[in-house]
Amino acid sequence: MSPSPILELVGLHKAYGSLSVLRGIDLRVWPGEMVCVIGPSGSGKSSMLRCCNRLEESTGGQVVVDGVDITRADVDINTVRQHIGMVFQQFNLYPHLTALGNVALALRKVQGKSKAEAETLAMAALERVGLVDKARVYPAQLSGGQAQRVGIARAIVLEPKLILFDEPTSALDPETVGEVLKVMRQLRETGMTMLVVTHEMGFARAAADRVIFMDGGVIVEEGVPAAVFGAPQHERTKAFLARYHAAE
Amino acid sequence: MSDFERFIHTFFNLEVAARYWPDILSGLGVTAGIGLLVAVSGLALGVALAVLRAMQIRPLSLLIIAFADILRALPPLVLMIIFFFAFPLIGMPMNAFTTVWLTLTLVLAAYAEESMWGGILALPRGQSEAARSTGLTWWQTMTAVILPQAFRIAVPPLTNRVIAISKNVALGSVVALSEVLNNAQSASSLSANPTPLTMAAFAYLLLFLPVMLAARRLERRWQWKV
Ligand SMILES: Nc1ncnc2c1ncn2[C@@H]1O[C@H](COP(=O)(O)OP(=O)(O)OP(=O)(O)O)[C@@H](O)[C@H]1O
Ligand SMILES: [Mg+2]
Repeated sequence: MSPSPILELVGLHKAYGSLSVLRGIDLRVWPGEMVCVIGPSGSGKSSMLRCCNRLEESTGGQVVVDGVDITRADVDINTVRQHIGMVFQQFNLYPHLTALGNVALALRKVQGKSKAEAETLAMAALERVGLVDKARVYPAQLSGGQAQRVGIARAIVLEPKLILFDEPTSALDPETVGEVLKVMRQLRETGMTMLVVTHEMGFARAAADRVIFMDGGVIVEEGVPAAVFGAPQHERTKAFLARYHAAE
Repeated sequence: MSDFERFIHTFFNLEVAARYWPDILSGLGVTAGIGLLVAVSGLALGVALAVLRAMQIRPLSLLIIAFADILRALPPLVLMIIFFFAFPLIGMPMNAFTTVWLTLTLVLAAYAEESMWGGILALPRGQSEAARSTGLTWWQTMTAVILPQAFRIAVPPLTNRVIAISKNVALGSVVALSEVLNNAQSASSLSANPTPLTMAAFAYLLLFLPVMLAARRLERRWQWKV
């Protein structure tokens, strides 16, 4: 029996009014894979990611998560979302809760766990991102890198099948980017399936199993990092990477 | 009599105070009681309306906006008179206590709805997106993530509003409510001396200073907001 993909996008379309931003995306993400998505601003990377847990509603095609088309009307999206973590560019931590409270909230509200059980699990998740000592601290007192690691803990505590990352390091000071990328690498080693939109080309090249280059609402090119970065086939990919190198 | 003695005799007349303090005290009880009830029911109704508005059902939102605008535009005195004198004509007589309570509850609810709505709007979209992405329902997101933050934002304006509206209990004198200022006024005309009004002033301080202090403490405790 061949393994089935955790995530499969089939002919995915998304339009905001008359503006068509995803124009037929086909993508499979396999168990344990880390797929990095790169591409110019406005190419539809965030839109694609947000269609995967229906923070945006797609306007055509299918989003199949673990064999279930979650765009169907009879799907209970709140149940599905427990299995799809999301990490945001702006962290989006709840400022009125401690780091522990942030991580424990969904355990309590969605999974109905007791306070003690939720806190034990939340502590374990904070441990995995190296922030046990910040458990009782409020987000305002965390550095950007620490805040984002709490964001990752909040996603992994639900033991999702897939985690979506939308530019997780773009809002960080350069000094703290490394600690977040390190946590993501460790996650990958534990076999977590990850779909990561990123501008960190070095990270994508070193850590991704596969790289997707998007432009104009379509996937222009995909392949192993060495291929996409080392020998891009399409003009648009070459131009994008050249611009990137020039900027660096 | 020196000027100072005359001043004391006029505003701090112990004889008058001894005679009328029970009236002032019972008036204070009425004012405090209605004020407290209004604070509870007005805030609860205001929060409920803000939550309903957040459901973004257009006709419902328009109704709530109309309610909030009309109740904030009308002087509470006018509402009180309408309730007290007009409702009996349609077979719904109201006593003075109910009239004042209902009027001020509706007015406070209108202001509280606007403050809470402002607090809800002030929150970044990412807050509800983060909560929903972990599987929380709309309602769970509202109660666990949105309202606690919106409430903290709304506390300073809400405190001011609760105090301002509780002072409006004094308007109840038009419907003959025996609240503290009404009683003080009667007492000072009976005794031809303003000492009861001085006592009323102290009664108000006794009532509202603790409220203000409590609100300050709450605001300080919620300093996590940067
Ligand atoms: N809610 C929205 N309403 C209308 N248009 C939108 C909305 N969200 C995104 N867009 C538009 O859709 C297009 C794709 O946006 P998207 O955020 O998916 O791009 P992106 O690849 O993530 O870009 P970036 O690298 O800047 O984050 C852009 O033209 C953007 O202006
Ligand atoms: Mg984006």
